[in-house]
Amino acid sequence: MKISLNNFDKAFENRIRLQIMSVLVANESYDFNSLKDLLEVTDGNLASHLKALEKEEYITVNKSFLGRKPNTRYLASDKGISAFKKHLEALENLIKQQKP
Amino acid sequence: MEHKDVYAEISSIKNMMERSTKFISLSGLSGVMAGIYALIGAAIGYKLLYGDFDPYVRDYNEWLTWQLLAVACGVLVLSVGTGLLLTVRKARRKRQTIWNPTSRALLVSGSLPLFTGGAFAMILIWQGHYGVIAATCLIFYGLALVAASQHTFGDVKWLGICDIILGLIAAAMPGFGLMFWAMGFGVLHIVYGTIMHFKYDRENIA
Repeated sequence: MKISLNNFDKAFENRIRLQIMSVLVANESYDFNSLKDLLEVTDGNLASHLKALEKEEYITVNKSFLGRKPNTRYLASDKGISAFKKHLEALENLIKQQKP
Repeated sequence: MEHKDVYAEISSIKNMMERSTKFISLSGLSGVMAGIYALIGAAIGYKLLYGDFDPYVRDYNEWLTWQLLAVACGVLVLSVGTGLLLTVRKARRKRQTIWNPTSRALLVSGSLPLFTGGAFAMILIWQGHYGVIAATCLIFYGLALVAASQHTFGDVKWLGICDIILGLIAAAMPGFGLMFWAMGFGVLHIVYGTIMHFKYDRENIA
């Protein structure tokens, strides 16, 4: 059965993007390499999804240096968190509708 | 979107939230091993304290303190070493990294009570308050476990609470420190490790 995609956030249609958002909502911030290990994706793949979320202003990027190594941390923005919550609500409503 | 996809999506969200906040590669078996080391250590400690009938040896109080301290350190090094080894192995099996934000958070939140307790126990030895050292170790270790538990399996919290209770009882009964130490670090670890092993580890091997 097909379910209508009303209220669904296009940015979260992709599983990886949804997973990135889940991690950032549950944590204060997360760095690129730890995200890569957790999601088991390639550098390029992760970077492109992060870029997309950044473009939506769902996440903010915090670039700094740890000694000489660059350390890029990602944080969920307020806009991103509320979008994520709406997405969860939409999922919840779907399940409620399905139940007879 | 299919209906079953909704569930798959929700479980993937839950999985990511859990895996990014909790370190789940802690090995249950290492708890059992730590408990066995602690019981052996307690037996050696008992022999050192009560097993020696030579009155001249009993007089060397400082020497005895050093011997007991060496046994305790031996137990600690063996336990941490085995724990690390088994945890690395479990992480490898689950294709997870061992040094990640969750393990760092685990160490950071656990180490403050742990090192405070360690320093406090050393001060007690220095000041000669031997009767409450076992209680101190148990209480601070329990507090460290409770603090660290939010970054790993929730069961660790209950081990910590049991250790704190045992430590408080031990403080009220100063003469039985070694017995409570053996119960807290030996028996409780073995019970906890066995539960953890059967609850989380076995399904991953199969």
